[in-house]
Amino acid sequence: MSFRPPAIAVFSSAIVAALITLTPPAQAHEYKVVDGAIAVSLTGQAGDPVNGKKTAVHRKKGNCLACHSLPIPEQQFHGEIGPDLNGVASRYSEGEIRARIVDPKLANADTIMPAFHRTEGLFRQIEKFKGKTILSAQEVEDIVAYLMTLTE
Amino acid sequence: MLHRLFILSGVAALGLVAMPPASVAGEWGAYEVGDIRSGYTYAAEETRAIQDDEFGNPGFIWVDYGEELWSDVDGAAGKSCESCHGDASAMKDGVSGMKGVATKYPVFSESMGKPINIEQQINNCRVNNMEADPYKWESKEMLSMTTYVKYQSHGMPVNVDISGAIAPFYEKGKNFYYKRRGQLDMACSNCHVDNAGNMIRANLLSQGMANGFPTYRLKWQKPGSLHRRFRGCNKQVRAKPYANGSDEYVNLEVFLTHRSNGLPIETPAVRN
Repeated sequence: MSFRPPAIAVFSSAIVAALITLTPPAQAHEYKVVDGAIAVSLTGQAGDPVNGKKTAVHRKKGNCLACHSLPIPEQQFHGEIGPDLNGVASRYSEGEIRARIVDPKLANADTIMPAFHRTEGLFRQIEKFKGKTILSAQEVEDIVAYLMTLTE
Repeated sequence: MLHRLFILSGVAALGLVAMPPASVAGEWGAYEVGDIRSGYTYAAEETRAIQDDEFGNPGFIWVDYGEELWSDVDGAAGKSCESCHGDASAMKDGVSGMKGVATKYPVFSESMGKPINIEQQINNCRVNNMEADPYKWESKEMLSMTTYVKYQSHGMPVNVDISGAIAPFYEKGKNFYYKRRGQLDMACSNCHVDNAGNMIRANLLSQGMANGFPTYRLKWQKPGSLHRRFRGCNKQVRAKPYANGSDEYVNLEVFLTHRSNGLPIETPAVRN
């Protein structure tokens, strides 16, 4: 029996966390960009469009409505900083949409849009976000799946 | 008062959300200088009305308290601000009077070898001349004294000089402004230059001008310093903020305030 009191568990995980900060930040899932597109699912799994819609709306996840319009009339005040995403699947391929969520700076270096699945090349991040992507690989896939339902 | 006219000429707001403001040149009178527009011109009509109402603008509670503090003797030297500076509402003439002073800040301090802003000058006076404790940055006292001193220049154009020794600090502030930061990887300029006038969710992005600070924010229910606003913006893009009064933020204040040159000092401005 190796029962470990919670206090020690917390302590040891703090040591682990300290060790992790000494090593390079966790890598985002690897991917290959061809002609501005990431053709293959980051996780090898298909995304869930229902969860993707929730993640897109969530203010601490995709928060897509901060900048974009989406066909989600139950949510008020869609932003107008980025392009309207109504019908986006009729304009871009799945791989192009995935690339624009993972790292939109691949397509436009000057864009205000954050890279939702990149940990490198960032300056003065708040400690708790260091080495972490805004969205997990599966959350990216879910949003891709949701956006692919938006055809005109 | 002249500024009341601007309310009448303002763009009507529908419901709770400001209509995107018109971009007709000259529409906003003193609140618009060339391409530069005060946050006033991006505020909802009802928010502008609160600012313009001297009796209803809640920022005047801090102006009034600042006026009380002005003549309060504090510290080992037995002095108040008034002991040296006299009537704050008088035009600055040598040491006396505060009218016009705030238009020039931040200024380069020879003794510090770097720029200082109004808050820092207030504390320099308190520590060196009054032999009193410095005010804490975001304290009621500091906000009130800063608001009171800036209010003496109300309506006068911002006029920050960036020539001479302050120039390299201005450049550092400019670099800060255009540097992407945080997990969201955004620079100040991404919102306040590239997207001023666009809605970010329910909020209309302004040019982020500095001429109204300390600004009474309805969200805060009190006035806040420019550096508090910097910290809020930095945290929103998930970037590590700097300390209030840090060199980084003072340099940024030099850049931003110079960017506001020509706009009237609106302290206490009211924003959402």
